[in-house]
Amino acid sequence: MPDVQALVNDFVLKLKRRKIEGSHASARHTAELLRSVISQQRMPHTNQAGALIDAVKAVGEQLIAANPVELAVGNIVRRVLHIIREEDLSSTATAIEGLGLSAGSDDDDEGQHVDHPALSAAALAAAARSTLRAPSLQTLLEDIPRSAVTPQPPSSGGDSEGKSKSADKNLRSRKLKHDVIEAINELIQDIDTCHEQVSEQAVEHIHQNEVILTFGRSRTVKEFLCAAKEKNRSFRVFVAEGAPRYQGHVLAKELVGKGIQTTVITDSAVFAMISRVNMVIVGAHAIMANGGVIAPVGINMVALAAQRHAVPFVVVAGSHKLCPLYPHNPEVLLNDLKSPSDLLDFGEFSDCMDFGSHGGSPLLHVVNPAFDYVPPKLVSLFITDTGGHNPSYVYRLIADYYSADDLVVKRRSTS
Amino acid sequence: MDRRVPRTVIDPKFRQVGFVPPGATPPPARSHSVPNDARSSSELSLSGSSLSPVMIPPPRHASADGLPSVVRSAASPVPIPASPLRRDTVQIPIGSYNPSESLLGSSPMMSPSRQLDAVSEFSDDVPTSARLGRSGSGKFASSFPSSSGEMMTMKITGGGGGGNTPKSSLTTASVVKALPGVSEKDRGALIEVQNEGISKPQKQKTQKLRGVPFKRLSVQRRLPAKESGEAVKPSASSGGALPALKQGKVVKPSSQKKDGPQVTAPVASSEKKVVDRIPDKDRKKDVPHPRMQFDDKHRVEKAKRRAVVNQSEARNRVELFRHLPQYIHGTQLPDLESKFFQLDPMHPSVYKVGLQFLSGDISGGNARCIAMLLAFQEAIKDYSTPPEKVLVRDLTAKIGCYVSFLIECRPLSISMGNAIKFLKNRIAKLPHTLSESEAKSTLISDIDRFINEKIIIADKVIVRHAVTKIRDGDVLLTYGSSSIVEMILLYAHELGKQFRVVVVDSRPTLEGQALLHKLVAKGLNCTYTHINAISYVMHEVTRVFLGASSVLSNGTVYSRVGTACVAMVANAFQVPVLICCEAYKFHERVQLDSICSNELGDPDVISKVPGRNDLNHLHSWADNENLQLLNLIYDATPSDYISMIITDYGMIPPTSVPVIVREYRREHLWI
Repeated sequence: MPDVQALVNDFVLKLKRRKIEGSHASARHTAELLRSVISQQRMPHTNQAGALIDAVKAVGEQLIAANPVELAVGNIVRRVLHIIREEDLSSTATAIEGLGLSAGSDDDDEGQHVDHPALSAAALAAAARSTLRAPSLQTLLEDIPRSAVTPQPPSSGGDSEGKSKSADKNLRSRKLKHDVIEAINELIQDIDTCHEQVSEQAVEHIHQNEVILTFGRSRTVKEFLCAAKEKNRSFRVFVAEGAPRYQGHVLAKELVGKGIQTTVITDSAVFAMISRVNMVIVGAHAIMANGGVIAPVGINMVALAAQRHAVPFVVVAGSHKLCPLYPHNPEVLLNDLKSPSDLLDFGEFSDCMDFGSHGGSPLLHVVNPAFDYVPPKLVSLFITDTGGHNPSYVYRLIADYYSADDLVVKRRSTS
Repeated sequence: MDRRVPRTVIDPKFRQVGFVPPGATPPPARSHSVPNDARSSSELSLSGSSLSPVMIPPPRHASADGLPSVVRSAASPVPIPASPLRRDTVQIPIGSYNPSESLLGSSPMMSPSRQLDAVSEFSDDVPTSARLGRSGSGKFASSFPSSSGEMMTMKITGGGGGGNTPKSSLTTASVVKALPGVSEKDRGALIEVQNEGISKPQKQKTQKLRGVPFKRLSVQRRLPAKESGEAVKPSASSGGALPALKQGKVVKPSSQKKDGPQVTAPVASSEKKVVDRIPDKDRKKDVPHPRMQFDDKHRVEKAKRRAVVNQSEARNRVELFRHLPQYIHGTQLPDLESKFFQLDPMHPSVYKVGLQFLSGDISGGNARCIAMLLAFQEAIKDYSTPPEKVLVRDLTAKIGCYVSFLIECRPLSISMGNAIKFLKNRIAKLPHTLSESEAKSTLISDIDRFINEKIIIADKVIVRHAVTKIRDGDVLLTYGSSSIVEMILLYAHELGKQFRVVVVDSRPTLEGQALLHKLVAKGLNCTYTHINAISYVMHEVTRVFLGASSVLSNGTVYSRVGTACVAMVANAFQVPVLICCEAYKFHERVQLDSICSNELGDPDVISKVPGRNDLNHLHSWADNENLQLLNLIYDATPSDYISMIITDYGMIPPTSVPVIVREYRREHLWI
């Protein structure tokens, strides 16, 4: 346990110092950390799932607090919690299956049926993994009584046939942990490969001679565009440089390297150019439950311009960026203010900054936020690794990945 | 004061803008101005035209602007004696017009149709002639012989009378302007007077805006044309016109009116022809010339042969902008500098200004325009007419040559185009009787007056207007660095208003930093950010003040690239956007997007981020044919993002821009 704690502390420190940034990196790291937390967790004989959930929640709370703006961390914590619950449910179900097959098969049918519309790779994997993949709505209904009487199903199973199957139970306890770790591995793999799954859909959205505007740099966008290029679509891309990080330059370089016609424009020219653009494709920092997007600063401006000219505004993102929270005042509460040195030379304005020391407050403030919030009405389409979705559908998508109990990680663990 | 309440009720647009709410405590200066205000408003109601919802009468702001009380007291009596006097001089000669004007005035709620009635009442045939005039010269000519000579004369008197309305008020304005050597304080008063004079035609114009009394419009349009016709042939009325040119135009209308009834039918018909042909020609001339399209190879070749500057075309150009010139930056400058002393046709001062444009030492619409005009002034000073040439023609050609040189250095801004148009017009209208030195001194003083009135005083007027829109506790946002916005902010600060400024900046010019330096040095509370963070800062902003390079006649604001983004976000957050722009920058051209006409800057500055050496990703890639760098200089802000345009004629909605363009264009060129 102490070595896990050291790992956790290390990661927390990195998050706090913003050494790890970007949803992909932080999501991956979080998943790996939680995997080691779970593998080191000693399993009690009863209520194994509860113990695992508590452990994950305790760590998750620290991680989320370390950088609340890095929503991917919280997403992964919740995903892992969801995985634990699901594995627990399925193992319980297999246990119950021996008793009453009819109920299980009934559930199974229904589950498969409801699941189909939102078939995701992860969901498919989960469905294949467990004989009973509970549909989310059913999970919601089931979860309420279950969380109230969590210990009961395993113990009741144990009670009925416990004495004869103590060896089996031991095996099951190890099996739960094993399954959860397995599932987390799959999650990590999903995070790593989400680009591929997103970019597979590129040809469906990019046609010949299209003019695409993108902003800053997102790996998903890059892969998306390159995938379309590989399928021999020819199109041109306008890249807004994305001050103050100017990652657009990097993206432009990468696209040019792939042979895509690329034009770099300043951010201020977005409005001027958007009238000649067929589609805006941007990456996101996080997708909120209401369909709003937290994205690098400046994208709201692009979205407004796109709306003005009725240009489709497409957000490409892996499913680890789906956040089950509803934003409240996201411009302020889900934002980071960066150093003014990105905008102004300290040497040049140092005299101005403490100019007002006689008056109490400095005369000059420099605002350098990191993120923008794009309201759902400005987004035309989300392309995730599970396909294209409307902003209004995101809440439903989220129900596939997260269980309702985990939405608030913090309060659960404290209570 | 009582007038303001109905006005705010009438006009939803302005209410939305957030003018001083009725409950707000007026600044102390305003209490002083109440009597003045009341007087002027009663005067207005006397003179009649109902207060239009479009226009705010300028006198109020001028009285509220915190001039020293001495000046105010000095200023307030001026307009009041001045205006009745003006009306007298104007109205006495023509009896027929008088009642109609008072009729127009006395019923403020008059419908457009009744206005039409009034017009046709005082001059029955005006509508017909106007209609004829509009339907093209050919048609008019065919119908012309059929009408009797008496009709002809009546037409002329009627036309003259009908045209008087704008004329009279314009003349008062120009009387005021013509006063030379006024002290700084007096100038403040002058502005007020000028506004007083101008406010009236504006109101009439806005009535037109609302009501479409089409015929009246055309009648009024004809008049300036008639004037120009007279000026072209000074021999017809040389006695009156020449002194009138010099000492302001007070004399002119009266002389004209004397002319009107006196002329006999044949003379009238000949003059009539002139009068009616010119507007048609003019109308064609009004359509702005198509600009040079740089994807037209033939013409580009031609232009290159004439060019002074050797420019090499940049490679890797953006497909969409083939029609705009883009040269490799920095190649021409050393070449031109070396040629400085051997350049024959170019005047050194023009050459110097050209180089400054090229190197970017002078930027900003007003600065460039003033620099250019001063250079022309120098050139005119040193000009002597070559033997066997006419000054008017030769000088026009010379100026044209200078202008094309300047264009080669950097494409002209629209304001400069207007200034050039003014200058050429002045040259063309020089009376032949003037000697060379007289002509030169006339032109030099004309240029001085243009700079003074259209730019310097106009800026002051705009500042006074705009300051009334700044309240305590406001958070004002501005973008880039506009000289006029800077003046407004500093003036408001001087007045002791408590406000905060958000300076938004963008690459690659980062002009905002210069503005920030100036504001902070004066002790203004500033927030600095970049354009991407605009959505973040817009929450707290209460007003957006923006400068403009030009305001086009469809209300589009053509300005520094990024202005459209700022206006758009402000509009999305329901923050009023106020554009500050001198009226000489207005142009009759229309534009819908930022692509058809724009200017391309040096693309290399895009790839380099100053102070960020880690960002050299594009360094070695600039030669790749797949990569283009686009550095737009301007963009076009759609008019629906703009709440109000503050100009030297007052504060107008963007829909009124064509009115200003149309009605004051003549005045611009005339001064």
